[in-house]
Amino acid sequence: MIQFPVVNLGGILPALILCIAGLVVMLACLFVKRGTVTVAAIMSAIGILAAGAANSPLRVLNETAFSGLVSLDPYSWFFNFLILIATGLTVLASVRYLSDDEPGAYEYFVLLLFSGAGMMFMVSGNHLLTIFVGLETLSISIYVLAGIIPKNPKSSEAALKYLILGGFSSGIFLYGAALLYGSAGSTGLPALTEYFKAGTFGPMALAGMGLLAIGFAFKVSAVPFHMWTPDVYEGAPTPITGFMSVGVKAAAFAAFVRVFFDALGELQVNWTEILWVLAALTMILGNLAAIVQDNIKRMLAYSSIAHAGYILIGMVAGTELGTAGVLYYLLAYTFTNIGAFGVVALVGSKREANVHIDDYRGLAKSNPLLALVMSIFLFSLAGIPPTAGFVGKFAIFSAAIAQGYIWLVVIGALTSAASVYYYFRVVMKMYMEVPETTPARLEFSPSMILALGIAVIGVVYIGIFPTTYLNLALESVKPLF
Amino acid sequence: MEAVMFYVLAAITLISAIFVVFLRRPVHNVVFMIVTMIGLAGLFLLLHAEFVAMVQLIVYAGAVMVLFLFVIMLLNLETVNPAQDARAARMWVGALLSLGFLVLMGPVLKMIFPSGPTVGAAAFQPGMSNTEIVARELFTTYLLPFEIVSVLLLAAIIGTVIVSRKRSG
Repeated sequence: MIQFPVVNLGGILPALILCIAGLVVMLACLFVKRGTVTVAAIMSAIGILAAGAANSPLRVLNETAFSGLVSLDPYSWFFNFLILIATGLTVLASVRYLSDDEPGAYEYFVLLLFSGAGMMFMVSGNHLLTIFVGLETLSISIYVLAGIIPKNPKSSEAALKYLILGGFSSGIFLYGAALLYGSAGSTGLPALTEYFKAGTFGPMALAGMGLLAIGFAFKVSAVPFHMWTPDVYEGAPTPITGFMSVGVKAAAFAAFVRVFFDALGELQVNWTEILWVLAALTMILGNLAAIVQDNIKRMLAYSSIAHAGYILIGMVAGTELGTAGVLYYLLAYTFTNIGAFGVVALVGSKREANVHIDDYRGLAKSNPLLALVMSIFLFSLAGIPPTAGFVGKFAIFSAAIAQGYIWLVVIGALTSAASVYYYFRVVMKMYMEVPETTPARLEFSPSMILALGIAVIGVVYIGIFPTTYLNLALESVKPLF
Repeated sequence: MEAVMFYVLAAITLISAIFVVFLRRPVHNVVFMIVTMIGLAGLFLLLHAEFVAMVQLIVYAGAVMVLFLFVIMLLNLETVNPAQDARAARMWVGALLSLGFLVLMGPVLKMIFPSGPTVGAAAFQPGMSNTEIVARELFTTYLLPFEIVSVLLLAAIIGTVIVSRKRSG
């Protein structure tokens, strides 16, 4: 007689709802003749709201489900919400970007929802297998989404590059998992914790840890595993670029932190040094390369690399405060970057025009409100108070100083000072310069206004009243320590 | 007997893997890749992993490699001559990097000859076939990832349809 495991559908309900919403959108939109995109977007938004409601109970749980393969704890709760925010804002920002008669108009939303579900499985995975399957679900969807613009060679190039390098990094991740399995006899995170607590591990387990770190570093685009980022971010449709820069990054960091603090916590002395070097390289190269970019999507891509470096500082610090800083930073970064890419999508209109930084000249004259909103996002990216980006950097840097990583924080502070230059270049262009040609009229859609509004309110609100959110982050990382 | 089988299979696998890397014609590479896969399947059989061995044969040596052959035939790669100039330099850099990696992985390679009993081997039960164990685990302990994979495959199918429709439309 086969013993079936206890099926706890309530625990994975948020991800389940996203999957079902994806299926519903896919089937229902076959019968919708006009306004497919709008209908698909509305259904996706309803699905995301329902998933958000289903996610709330996770906050008070602290248990595992499905024979220990997923953990239902405040940590999963926090990241599920973050992913739902990112997915929801991307849905809103995408409506005007797509048109009904194009191929892939509503499949876009289906894939977006599936990738959201994959991310949720990844962040709540309590076993390397669940994490990997979630990672692949989100990756496959994103590969397709990156190449979804018809007849655009850059978009196809982005999809192909991301597919090949993503497959490569998945291979490395699996190799690491296999070496850990070979050493510990299991890839469940609790089993790995016990194995490392026993203290009899050999070099094979350490090599496995290193390969896992490389696999994650690929996904969060830390230097020297960042090669794919600028090209993919430039070629992908702008709303998807925004989604990649926050959603994929947040999910990858969530799994990274969970695996390294929970399962490999005993090896902290071994991996802190590696992450130190990664963080320093990532901050320096990301910020320096961003300075010379003229394409705003490439600039934001390098800026997203640099931000991965700041987040890594939080992991290096290693304390509860440091990891809570990581969570807060990711929340702040979600609002900020989706907003910034939303503005880029709006200015760039449908066909990826106007992506040059010079195209932002005189935006303050023609669209003062949009220029103000963009400036707020750029201020937050640069880490200037009273925005959320400042509090995030402050939380991470202070946690690192408390642990004595002075030099890393010095590098972080210096590079973020350098980053002010390239963020302010855009602000200067918007406010101080006049456009050479008459700017094209921008098409504001209600959903885009809603998305930008939510993002701006998020950036300013959690920047001015950070205490609640910092406490939430602290509460969420409790299960890892 | 088992040791002899192991060394024969390992030799076949390794030598054909070397051919995969060093032969110049793509079709030859693919054929030797198939031999490598068959060798690996034999090694899995030696480990009493019948299921993995069969999957290796059907999926890798069968489906994946046939796909490779089709792509090569469609692209007609025989006529393409890769650039010769950078090849020598690239080979040296590659050799150096692999050597460095080998030094780094040295301790791991040493562990391939363990002295004590290996962990994880406990799953082997006499009287119960490997396929049965895999099936049981798949539908009980690992039910959730198994179901997530169905979402993954659906996403992949949708992606394929989008990409191919874009090409034709």
